[in-house]
Formats: sequence, C-alpha cells, structure tokens
Amino acid sequence: MKINVLSMQNKISPDDFTPLADSYFKEEALDTEEIGYWKASWQRLKANKIAMTALVIIVILVLFAFLGPKLSPYSYDQQVRGDEAMWPCMKHLFGTDRLGRDLLVRCMIGTRISLTVGLVSAVIVMILGSIYGSVSGLIGGKVDIFMMRIVDIVYSVPEILLIVVIKMIISEPLTNLIDNVPAFHGLQKIGSGLIAIFIVYGCLYWVGMARIVRGQVLQLKSQEFVTAAEALGCSRGRMIREHLLPNCIGQLVATAMLQIPSAIFTEAFLSYLGIGVSAPMASLGSLTSEALNGITSYPYRVFFPAAIISLIILSFNLFGDGLRDALDPKMKK
Amino acid sequence: MNIMQTLRYIVKRVFLAAVSLFVIITLTFFLMNLMPGDPFMSEKATEESRAIIIAKYGLDQPIYVQYVRYLKNLAHGDMGTSYVLQKGRDVTTIITESFGISMQVGIRALILAVFAGIIMGCLAGLNKDKLPDSIIRVVTSIGISMPGYVIASVLMIILAVRLGVLPINYNKPGGAVMPIITLAAYPTCYLARLTRASILEVMNQDYLRTERAKGMSEFVVVFIHALKNSLIPVITYLGPLTASILTGGFVAESVFSVPGLGRYFVSSISMRDYTMIMGVTIFYSSLIVMMNLVCDILYKIVDPRIKLD
Repeated sequence: MKINVLSMQNKISPDDFTPLADSYFKEEALDTEEIGYWKASWQRLKANKIAMTALVIIVILVLFAFLGPKLSPYSYDQQVRGDEAMWPCMKHLFGTDRLGRDLLVRCMIGTRISLTVGLVSAVIVMILGSIYGSVSGLIGGKVDIFMMRIVDIVYSVPEILLIVVIKMIISEPLTNLIDNVPAFHGLQKIGSGLIAIFIVYGCLYWVGMARIVRGQVLQLKSQEFVTAAEALGCSRGRMIREHLLPNCIGQLVATAMLQIPSAIFTEAFLSYLGIGVSAPMASLGSLTSEALNGITSYPYRVFFPAAIISLIILSFNLFGDGLRDALDPKMKK
Repeated sequence: MNIMQTLRYIVKRVFLAAVSLFVIITLTFFLMNLMPGDPFMSEKATEESRAIIIAKYGLDQPIYVQYVRYLKNLAHGDMGTSYVLQKGRDVTTIITESFGISMQVGIRALILAVFAGIIMGCLAGLNKDKLPDSIIRVVTSIGISMPGYVIASVLMIILAVRLGVLPINYNKPGGAVMPIITLAAYPTCYLARLTRASILEVMNQDYLRTERAKGMSEFVVVFIHALKNSLIPVITYLGPLTASILTGGFVAESVFSVPGLGRYFVSSISMRDYTMIMGVTIFYSSLIVMMNLVCDILYKIVDPRIKLD
C-alpha cells in the first residue's frame, strides 16, 4: 500500500502490540522504595534527636512507675517504724515522710497516676472530639452552627470550677456504684477518684479536639474523593469512619499527644488542692502539698515529686512537638 | 460597607456572649444543687433548727422556684449574701473587695509576662539557632512544663527559705514578688515561644524581601515591618491570657496566702456556699467571655486579612 506523504496516518505493524520485556520496567522504576505514611513519619521522628530523647525518658518513667513499685521492699502506704522523717539515704533513696512512708515508692505510685490520667484522658478526648467534630463538619449548615455554639460555651466555662463541682457530684454515687454493683468491682483498683477525673475530662476537654477535627473535615469535604464516595452512595457514618478520619489521623494523634500534659497538670493541681485521689493513695500533686508544711526543714520532700512531674510534662511536650512535626510536616513551624 | 460588616459581627458576637453566659449560669445553678450536702451541714444544730435556717433562706422550695428567684434578683444586680464564708455579707462586696487584691497581683504579672515574653521571643527569633535562641528555647521549654505550684514551691525554697531575701507572707513588704513571678512564669514562656515562631514565619515573607530590595535598613525592616506583623498572633493570645491570669490566681494565692478572690474559688464549693459559688462563677465567666470577645474583635480590626464569619 502506498502511503501519502502528507497523510497523518500512522504506520502500524503487528510488532507494536507485543508485550514489552520485563527488563524495560525495571529500568523505568524509581530507585527509591515506596514507603507508607506511618513508616515515613517514623523515619522523620527518628531523625529528631530531641523527640527521641523525650521518648526514651517517657519509657524510663513508665518503667519507673509500673515496674518500680514491684521491685521496692516497701509499699506506698506502709509505715516503717523508726524510719520517720528520714533524709535521703541508702535505705530510702528519696527519704521518708513523717509517718515513715518511703517516698521513692510514693513517687513511683504518683508517677503511675499521672501517666494513667494523661494517657486515658488523651484517648477519651480523641474519641469524643473526633466524633463530635467530624459529625459537625460533615453535616454542616444549621446543625454545624448549633454544635459549634455548644463548643464555644464549654470553652468559656471557668474549667477548674466546673471540674471541682462535677467531681463532687459524681464521687459519691460513683463510689456506691463501684462498691455495690458486682459488674463494676473491677474498677475498685483504679479508685473512684481517678474515674471521676476521667469523666470530668470527658465532659470538658474534648472541645479543642472537636474544633480541630471540624476544621480538617471542612477542608477534606470539598475534595473530589469525598464527592466520589458520596456519589457511590456512601453513608455518613461510613464516610466519617473510612474516608474522613483516616485522612486527619496524623493531626488527631499529635493533638491528643499535646493534650496529655494539660491533663497531668489538672490532676496534679486537683490533688494539690486535696480533691484529687483520696489518701493514702499518693499523687505527685498531693505529695507536694503534704511536703509544703515542712518546707523549711525537709525541702527534699518537695523537690522529688516536683522534679518528676516537671520531667513528665517536659518530655511529653517535647515528644508531642516532635510527633506533630513528624506526622504532619505541613504544620511544622 | 466594611464598617457595617464589622458592626454586624460585633453585635452578633455580643449576643452570643450573652447566650453563653446565660447557659453557664443555668448549668452552674443546677449542677451546684446536685452536690450532696447543703451550706449549713457543718453547723451543730438539731434537725428542727436546721430546717428553720434552710426555710429562712428559701432553700426548701423546689429548685426551679429558687432558680427563677435567683435570676430575678440577679437582673436587679443582687447576688444575695454569703451563707458560710463571710456570713451575711453581700456577695458583690466580697467579690469587688477581694478581686481588687487579685487585680493588683494579676496586672503586674500580666505586664511582666507581656514584656518579658515578647522581648525573649524577639531575641530568640532574630538570633535563630545562635546561643541566645538555644538558651531561651531550653528555658521556655522547661518553663511551660512546670505546674504553678511547683514554681511557687521552688521560689519559696530558694528565695524565702534558703536565701531569706523575700517574705513568704503576702502582707509583709516585698511579699507580692513571689506571687507575681509564679503567675507570670507560664505566660512568659508561652508568649516567648509564640513570638519566636511568629517572627520566624514573618521573616520569610515576600514583602520583607521587597523592603530589603528597596534598600531599607535592617533596623527598619525588623522593627517596623516584621515585628508589627508578627505580634498579631500574640494579640489573640492576650485575651485568654488576661482572663487566665486574673482568674487563675488560686495556686499563687493559696501558697502565699494572698487575700484575693482565688481562694474563694474552691472553698466556696467545698463549703456549699451557694450564693458565693454563683457569684464567683458569674464574675469569672463574664471576665473570660468579655476578654475573648474584645480580643477577637481587635484581631479582626488589626488584621484585615481575617474574614469575618
């Protein structure tokens, strides 16, 4: 067949349709290995020396709090006769209080309470805040405005006052519930004081998280994949679970992480005022306030719990900052 | 057009603030009455005389009747008299009296925090990754990690017990220094970090390059153009900061026995002094709501890039 020189017709031969050799693809492939979101974040986090140091300190503190009391010959409420009001020495590394209780063990128990409060409340805040925020952002319109007004109101409540009031209301019924209903006996070990604190956090601290999640959802909502999912008949619940939340999980985790220090702050403060955990249980806050009475003669009693709580909060702050930068490099300042 | 928009925004915000306040008052009133016990539980009295006292204050009536009566009195500016803490005295008088003292400490702490914080933040931001920056970053990281009572205790051990330069008691000369530092410590560190981050962000903006290209001196670029814009986020923090310094004095006040309003905050609740609880809550939440309001409005006026919603 003669082909016109000016024609746009392509010359096609059957050879053009044979599959390419495998070696061709290997050459074309990128040198770098494709890595997932979590792996990439972990690599960024590993490169951040401050955050990794903070992580190591957190691990040490966890061991100190949860393993330490098992290794100690004393228990937190044991009053050792003849060892009252001792300065730090080999027998009692942190010294003892005026009842002869070993302060090292009491600090370990206090650290355990601080860490538990921090982690549990971060989880509570994350769950409540992300549900509320994503529902509000996804539905939008009047519902959104109404739900965000509630957030504004909770935001402007003097929080300490509400915490104290709610705690006083729920302590008594909670203690009755735990002691009398068999299903709740398992909670006895945690103590009604701590559970009350968790409930209070649940009531108050989710608002910040809700705002952030809502902002993220509003941004994601206008993207094509959400429209596509909607067109395919995706229900709202499924949309939140499978499309919206996984897309802002990095920011969720980072914000929850930065929530931990403020929860620890509040617990220590409540215990310092004497309305946190109940005696003889030790919290870093109550240890400090007990020690303040003898501050002139026994300053070490203030020093240890105060230093430990500052260390806990410092390492969570630094780790949280590092985690935020690693999970969401766009937010990095 | 623009002014109308701003006005509409302000009216809307004021209305919302009033609604928030009303909700807070209602919430506190009912929650407070859910607490076990009553204001007269610690009094040694027979059942009958207790019943008489409770009836005298109208606390035996159904809760919604008490609520309506309280709102009616409140509308007339009457917050009632204290039941327990300063029995028989007007709640309004107690609040104005003790808040005056809190203010004296709070305002000075606020001024200290704003100046020290912004100066430290500028020093760090303008010397990024040099020695002053490193020192300030370490100090402020530690500073925001110490609870108020820890700072108070450390100050007390060092300044009062070891060195003996300052008295622990507020009423002695120089006694206000430690409460002021305690109150100012956290906001100073927070402000320093905020200012630093903001300066670093502003320094990368294109308009600063334009200024330099125009031949402006580095002094003018930094102090006239960069600083002005980097202080915008700081303004947003000033409202909540003022509110939290003025309302958050209870640690400093209880440790250093300052006779301010903070100490009534918790004691009114544990004593079930209903009128005091309501008075303090209303006072504090109005303060918080108002500060946030003023700040938001100021923010939008200072930075026209922010859209009014």
